[in-house]
Amino acid sequence: MVTEARLTGAGELRTEEMVLNIGPQHPATHGVLRVRVLLDGERIIEGEPIIGYMHRGHEKLLEQRDFRQITNLLSRMDWLSGINNEIPASVAVEKLMEIEVPRRAQYLRVILAEMNRIMNHLMFTGSFGLELGATTPVMYAFREREELSTAMEMVTGGRMHFGFIRPGGLKEDVPRGFVEATRKAIRQLVAAIPTYEDLLAGNEIFKQRTVGVGILPADLALDHGVSGPLLRGSGVSYDVRKADPYLVYDEFDFDVPLGATGDSFDRYWVLIQEMKESAKIIEQALDGLPSGSHLGQVPKKLSLPKGEIYSRAENPLGELGYYLISDGDAKPYRMKVRTPSFSNVSVIPHMLRGLYLPDMIAVLGSMFFVVGDIDR
Amino acid sequence: MTEILQDIFANDFVILGLKVGVLLILLPATLVLGWVELKLGAHMQHRVGPMYPGGFHGWAQTLADGIKFVMKEDIIPKAADKFVFSLVPFITMLGSALIFVVVPIGPKLVIEDLDVGIFYVMAASSIGVIGVLMAGWSSANKYSLMGALRAAAQLIAYELPLVLTAVAIVMQANSMSLVDIVEAQRNYLGIGLPFLVGPGLLGFFIFLTASTAELTRPPFDMPVAEAELITGPFTEYTGIRFAFSLFAAEYISMIGLAAVATTLFLGGYLPPIKALSGLPVPGPLWFMAKMSTILFLLIWVRWTYPRLREDQLQKFAWKVLIPLSLVNIFVTGALKLTAWF
Amino acid sequence: MDQLIESPSHKRTTYGTGLLKGLAITMRHLLSRSVTVHYPDERDVLPSRSRGVIALKTENCTVCMLCARECPDWCIYIEGHKESRQPAVEGKRAKKFNVLDRFAIDYALCMYCGICVEVCPYDALFWSPEYEYAEHDIVELTHEIDRLNGWMYKVLPPVPLDEGAMGPEFKVAALPAAAAISAPVVEAAPVAEAAPVAESAGVSDEEAAAVRTKVYEEEMAKGSDPRVAEGRAKAAEMRARKGTKGPG
Repeated sequence: MVTEARLTGAGELRTEEMVLNIGPQHPATHGVLRVRVLLDGERIIEGEPIIGYMHRGHEKLLEQRDFRQITNLLSRMDWLSGINNEIPASVAVEKLMEIEVPRRAQYLRVILAEMNRIMNHLMFTGSFGLELGATTPVMYAFREREELSTAMEMVTGGRMHFGFIRPGGLKEDVPRGFVEATRKAIRQLVAAIPTYEDLLAGNEIFKQRTVGVGILPADLALDHGVSGPLLRGSGVSYDVRKADPYLVYDEFDFDVPLGATGDSFDRYWVLIQEMKESAKIIEQALDGLPSGSHLGQVPKKLSLPKGEIYSRAENPLGELGYYLISDGDAKPYRMKVRTPSFSNVSVIPHMLRGLYLPDMIAVLGSMFFVVGDIDR
Repeated sequence: MTEILQDIFANDFVILGLKVGVLLILLPATLVLGWVELKLGAHMQHRVGPMYPGGFHGWAQTLADGIKFVMKEDIIPKAADKFVFSLVPFITMLGSALIFVVVPIGPKLVIEDLDVGIFYVMAASSIGVIGVLMAGWSSANKYSLMGALRAAAQLIAYELPLVLTAVAIVMQANSMSLVDIVEAQRNYLGIGLPFLVGPGLLGFFIFLTASTAELTRPPFDMPVAEAELITGPFTEYTGIRFAFSLFAAEYISMIGLAAVATTLFLGGYLPPIKALSGLPVPGPLWFMAKMSTILFLLIWVRWTYPRLREDQLQKFAWKVLIPLSLVNIFVTGALKLTAWF
Repeated sequence: MDQLIESPSHKRTTYGTGLLKGLAITMRHLLSRSVTVHYPDERDVLPSRSRGVIALKTENCTVCMLCARECPDWCIYIEGHKESRQPAVEGKRAKKFNVLDRFAIDYALCMYCGICVEVCPYDALFWSPEYEYAEHDIVELTHEIDRLNGWMYKVLPPVPLDEGAMGPEFKVAALPAAAAISAPVVEAAPVAEAAPVAESAGVSDEEAAAVRTKVYEEEMAKGSDPRVAEGRAKAAEMRARKGTKGPG
């Protein structure tokens, strides 16, 4: 327990350092992340995240499954954004097999992906408040999330694990009434966002807890491969949807919100703004939704040609990449997964140094990670 | 009607019964308050809260919770200091329950009218934190220890503004007895307004803020901040010990501090204005109504705000609340010298 | 296009107005009606695609084992045996066919991906939105053939697809129309190409499509199952194209 006794200075109190294990079972780490911190009173001398409590061997499992099954496995990696996990895998197969995806399928993919992004962001903006002791924002966030979940369930049959993207397009076309349900959910969300802002972002206590706390400098973030809202919170304009447009993202008009300083507040703020941008994309995609087929010309039995491909996408939490190697079989020979949470969490030790223990919660809450996505 | 009521309240035996009743009613009152908080909080979050236990809007939810707590396994950690550990629930509850000895709930309806009533309240209300410290120390748990130390630090910071605002009221009333303080509001400003009107308004908000911190309720619930410290000092407690030391103690202190605030600032059992004294409303009912308003305020705040950080709280107490309460004393004194009261 | 939003206005000092706004928001919600669905007393209507429980239509099962093989976590247990039917004509080979003995799904293992429903070539498996089958014992979660059959009564008919949907199942009827709508830039060309094909069939595409919609709407008005309506409409369209008369 006691590692070292030290004298802080003449006339000051002699203090002892204490090791505190936050996790793996702890309310703050929503999942089984373990953070081992060395404390001097309430001040953190150093802290490091210890990962691996939820390793499920996804990458090896992917080598044993065909692509229909892989779709369902991938949606269980980052369980808050299933569609966004499924898309790049199918895109990789399509590129390798040179399948042309119908425009309707592309549009529907964009709509579903952005809905999923909003669902993910609602979850994190809500739970961030919860970690700072405000129990109400998460309830309001889930109220809007429920509408989106219902629309998603109408289409895919699932509320969390969708398994709806297939190489070449989608599993089925969307049912009648989907467009209206989505529009209703989006309208309700856009109307509710000011409430979230007033309840949390405008609250002086929340600002005291987050502004200037846990600053992530842009160069440090880049060194650690941090991506997504965290990187944009630090002011780096990098969004795969803009930098390397996939699907039909280059046809839509949307902004990339950036934070100014990279503190916890900015990260939270970027998330809220991204919801607005996603709502804009969905509105545009619904307006311009072409009719046509939901599935391209796909052979009944998928067998990939020999080759390698890297496919990436903007997951709600950052850049998600799949490196797919095929030896000509229906199953991938190797599928390396680059998940956003893994890289994002690696920067935590640098951010914790010198903070107070309650600030650690603010930092962890604003790092927006999913433990399944870290460990896979 | 009014005469009959007054006759009843004049009977010594009735008074004695009521006095005993006040103390006996505290535990059931915590259950009611717990249920009210569950329902209010739920509706503030656009939910409905418990609906089924007991039939009508889940009125028996907290009772069922209590029964559940009784039936849970009682665990005392091996490394814990068993005697101190098991003493904690009594101490945390005792301090808050003692407050009711001096609070007048109606005319003559006070268990003991102490001359140093307010002084006694301040002393009794801080006993609870000793229990918290004991819990933190005896649990042999790092989270508990940190939580207990936070609670102790918080107490020191918040006892001062609490006492200082009370000083202003004592100056206005010329007495430390709670009964005298209430009676001083019978003719305040000539029309029987409560002390809330005037400099008391500032004092009221300081008092409420400080008591929220003393109750360790959000936004000042750092000692039991569940995101960092699980349940702070009570992490290792289970079953009925947990229920008593955390929930019962919190709700009894909540009622206690609300009762004190009612007495000091809202005129206790008096009607809000002298003109209303003709209404056939007994004093205890006025008292309950005023106290409920304060309890509602506490609940409302709890379900709206995130929590502060311990050092920010200290800063707030020492740099804002204490200077403000000194200003409050100064203003009250100045007004008193110019013969406003 | 790449407009950047920086330095949020909410970061400014607001001197306590934010606290008051927060109180106003919770008060507003306290006074408005809550959004909770009172679950055991009232239930949300789930969409027909909802993945609640898998129902088995035993008559359609040919014991081909595709579902059991494709299942990612192998939670389907199928047992069967072969029987032979006496040939109708003397001297011919006896016809062999599979008989289903056991079909069970272990819902404790199932990951609700729906691949079995998707791969079943004879439409023997269906999703039902039913979800209330929690058990006290994990063994009870393995649903045998009778329980799986029972779920068939809870299967909802599939919803009609979105107006713009023209997937493979629509290919015969709607391909020219799809080309016209999805490629508005080259509007003239596909219509001109499509027209002669339609003429040679006897009726134009517009007429055939009109027949199809008419029959579909009639069937739906009669209250038929949408799948039945879809089928009858398609048949009516084919008849119209060929110029033959229907059964009446």
